[in-house]
Amino acid sequence: MTATAEPEVGKARLRKEDARLITGQTKWTDNIQLTGMLHMAVLRSPVAHARIRHIDCSRATAMPGVALVLTGEDFAAEQGSLPCAWPITEDMKSPPAPALAVDQVNFAGEAVALVIADNAYRAADALAAIDVDYDELPVVLDMEEALKDQDLVHPDLGTNKCATWVFDSAEAGSGTDVEEAIASAEVVIERTFRQQRLIPSFMEPRSVVVDPSADMFTMWSATQIPHILRWMLSAVTGIAEHKIRVIAPDVGGGFGGKLQVTPEEVLCLLAARRMGRPVKWTESRTESMLSAHHGRDQIQKITLSARRDGTVTGLKVELLADMGAYLRLVTPGIPILGAFMFNAIYKFPAYRFECTNVFTNKTPTDAYRGAGRPEATFAIERMMDELAVELGMDPMKIREMNWIKHDEFPFTTVAGMTYDSGNYEAATARAMELFGYDDLREEQKRRRESGDPVQLGIGISTYTEMCGLAPSRVLGALRYAAGGWETASIRMLPTGKVEVITGTSPHGQGHETVWSQIVADRLGVPFEDVEVLHGDTASSHKGMDSYGSRSLTVGGTALVHAADKVLAKARKLAAHMMECDEADVEFAAGSFSVRGTSTARTLGDVVLAAHVAHDLPEGMEPGMDADATFDPDNFSFPHGTHLCATEVDTETGMVKIRSYVAVDDVGTVVNPLIVDGQVHGGLAQGIAQALYEEAIHDEMGTLTTATFADYLVPSAADLPAFMTARTATPATSNPLGVKGVGEAGTIASTPAVVNSVLDAVRHLGVRDIEMPLSPERVWTALQGGSADASTPAAGGLGSIDAQGGQS
Amino acid sequence: MHISVNVDGVTYADEVEPRLLLVHYLRERLGKTGTVVGCDTGNCGACTVHLDGHSVKSCQMFAVQANGHEVTTIEGLARDGKLHPVQQAFRSNHALQCGFCTPGMIMQAIDLLADEPDPDDETVRKGLEGNLCRCTGYQNIVRAVQDAAHRMRPGAGPKMEQHSDDHVTATQPVGGE
Repeated sequence: MTATAEPEVGKARLRKEDARLITGQTKWTDNIQLTGMLHMAVLRSPVAHARIRHIDCSRATAMPGVALVLTGEDFAAEQGSLPCAWPITEDMKSPPAPALAVDQVNFAGEAVALVIADNAYRAADALAAIDVDYDELPVVLDMEEALKDQDLVHPDLGTNKCATWVFDSAEAGSGTDVEEAIASAEVVIERTFRQQRLIPSFMEPRSVVVDPSADMFTMWSATQIPHILRWMLSAVTGIAEHKIRVIAPDVGGGFGGKLQVTPEEVLCLLAARRMGRPVKWTESRTESMLSAHHGRDQIQKITLSARRDGTVTGLKVELLADMGAYLRLVTPGIPILGAFMFNAIYKFPAYRFECTNVFTNKTPTDAYRGAGRPEATFAIERMMDELAVELGMDPMKIREMNWIKHDEFPFTTVAGMTYDSGNYEAATARAMELFGYDDLREEQKRRRESGDPVQLGIGISTYTEMCGLAPSRVLGALRYAAGGWETASIRMLPTGKVEVITGTSPHGQGHETVWSQIVADRLGVPFEDVEVLHGDTASSHKGMDSYGSRSLTVGGTALVHAADKVLAKARKLAAHMMECDEADVEFAAGSFSVRGTSTARTLGDVVLAAHVAHDLPEGMEPGMDADATFDPDNFSFPHGTHLCATEVDTETGMVKIRSYVAVDDVGTVVNPLIVDGQVHGGLAQGIAQALYEEAIHDEMGTLTTATFADYLVPSAADLPAFMTARTATPATSNPLGVKGVGEAGTIASTPAVVNSVLDAVRHLGVRDIEMPLSPERVWTALQGGSADASTPAAGGLGSIDAQGGQS
Repeated sequence: MHISVNVDGVTYADEVEPRLLLVHYLRERLGKTGTVVGCDTGNCGACTVHLDGHSVKSCQMFAVQANGHEVTTIEGLARDGKLHPVQQAFRSNHALQCGFCTPGMIMQAIDLLADEPDPDDETVRKGLEGNLCRCTGYQNIVRAVQDAAHRMRPGAGPKMEQHSDDHVTATQPVGGE
């Protein structure tokens, strides 16, 4: 065994995962072929709200290759109700959520019948032969209308209001009363923003295979959460948990979209049980867009109070959040994750957050990259710009005078979070320098003065976020049904090679590489000698999986603790082998030595000695394995400063990102290649919300953006090259000093882009433009603005009432 | 219908339904699961393969249309255990995360480089417009394609699939295998 020459942590290691991914050797769920495997296809409701009067399966059942056609009635006794693990309030309304609709459909795309056939083409053929009679009901689509309770999504609930969740700093004791702050303020700014509905759009469509043989249900699923899924499948179907094994093989992206217990997973399991044969289901892209959960979809009414000198004094947030038709795994909690982030990096003395969750006849919403925090960051960063405009101050200046200074950490916020570390000044200084802020402001001035048809705008986002989900006691206090710990095991093999088992479940993040780096450093073994096992409940028996930028901060810490346990035992055995006192044993670069002597044993020697167990200290168990579970004390708080320059063509409304600088502080960086990659991808998704993407339903509740031709996931040609850099203040909440990076780019970028576009056209009378800022919307806003430049084009309440702000 | 197709150097003779998509023929019949399906509308490009050396979206073609033609998939690029320079460049530049779009992206990049041996940033971006990636923001993909162009000079073409000897290059940050 050789020692590693230089620290692995911080090294730009190329990824272990890539070898199979660049050669087509990857194991996606849809690649799996089992002997006797049948194929499931799902019939989906074309209407958003209806009673199912009758389903006639007779023609479909008679078609060639069709083994079985089933409706919700057939499964009613065994399918249970899909789980919601986050009842945010005691009185939250929660409708039954059958995997297959039984007597009523509540969104277009909901599953109403399924076909099991000998191949996927024949299963799809048979769908067309199923006749369903629907009695259509009035559709409920608009949240504000829904709250009038004239038409009800779920009549049995008696209301479309799911729950109202409140945080008030005066009640919590973390701050003062916001109504008093507003009443006594020198400046009050009130705006309403719309967080459009988005579709996560992971590239790998969801797929499930269930093998019911050998007295065990083995499920392969394109999921982010094999461990939670196993638990929930057992809870929903009543199949004993130890008789279910869930495997997440290679998974092609998730972004929160595969943080779900899906109807199709339950149906595939039940169908395989009924058939006694393996069953596979793989969705089409349109099925994915119709029925996999959506993200965002909030109306945000924000009131900010301040003094004339720019000091903020209060923040009041009133949200409406669209649940869609059902509560999926964490649907109601997503907007609540934002509750602790609206105050962001600023020292608000008073804060109130009130969120009303609303049912509509749309696809359920749930986690999508950032999950509640992008919405919060968007709102506050837009408001800081609005305040700057109102007071005629530079938008960076106003942020600077209100943010937490680097020497004020740890800092307990008005929302009750304790930010452990950060340096907003440093990140901002670096970003301003890379961006050329002053030069761009000069150019902006020139273009304004010359009436250039292409105007330049500068947008700022000085964000923070909470990562490392999550301290279990906090989740408990928030009424979440599970904990937030993570687990890791290390198995030292007799040849000195290392197996790492992690409870995280990567789907593109590179855990196999990064976990190897951490272990190589800690144990002094070569990077190549570490194998990382994950995503199979048979080998990785417990875990809380991957989402919420948690894997490294929580799972990586569990791994460090497991490595330390290995070393603690190995040190004891090394002392025994070298016949010295344990206190005299030193460990460095993979080798134990007796202090002040040349006597040494490599970790490999010690591991072998533990394995053969010929001569162990009294009471020591053979072998050199360790398990550790880490429950964090606190969240981690990455932050950064993002600056965006856009060119807005005032004649066409076309927006072009001229330059984008992202300086992020994610704490210690284990692998800079992977961190940069996470930031790039995050930026693309945040920019896409600002400029391109929107899930649109027509007045009947039909999703009109159910293909990639209609839902505009940006291509390479739609995005700029990004300039990324980092500052680092290590987290104090974990031994690695890491903060998490999975969501930072997405959280930060959306407001930077929108602020930038508005900055380009504000002098033309535009006050707001609703996302996505399509050329049509920008152009329309400019028409409204230039028609009467003295009147704010967007009216008094921001985007929702913006005559010029939406088409 | 009876078809005869050469896929990655092996000739297959099969009876297929006329409606069978080429991508499903590759995946289900031949077990060439390196080529994947990402959408139904030809927008995402995940299923891109080469037909007689030029990129096509295999979910937009029937298997019968490949009758008598040569198909190259991601699985047919490496030769004698050596990666194609575009494959190598994708790894060296961290141009993939989940990797689902990667086979199609690599096949399209090879086609692009056949036409544009030394593409600038914008040419790469436009040349890959029909291939969607949700993970990388494209930044490292663009870099990888330009890096591959350097590795492949004087250029790759349908008739001249090139294979690089270098496993570690100057642009590779550290390590490698």
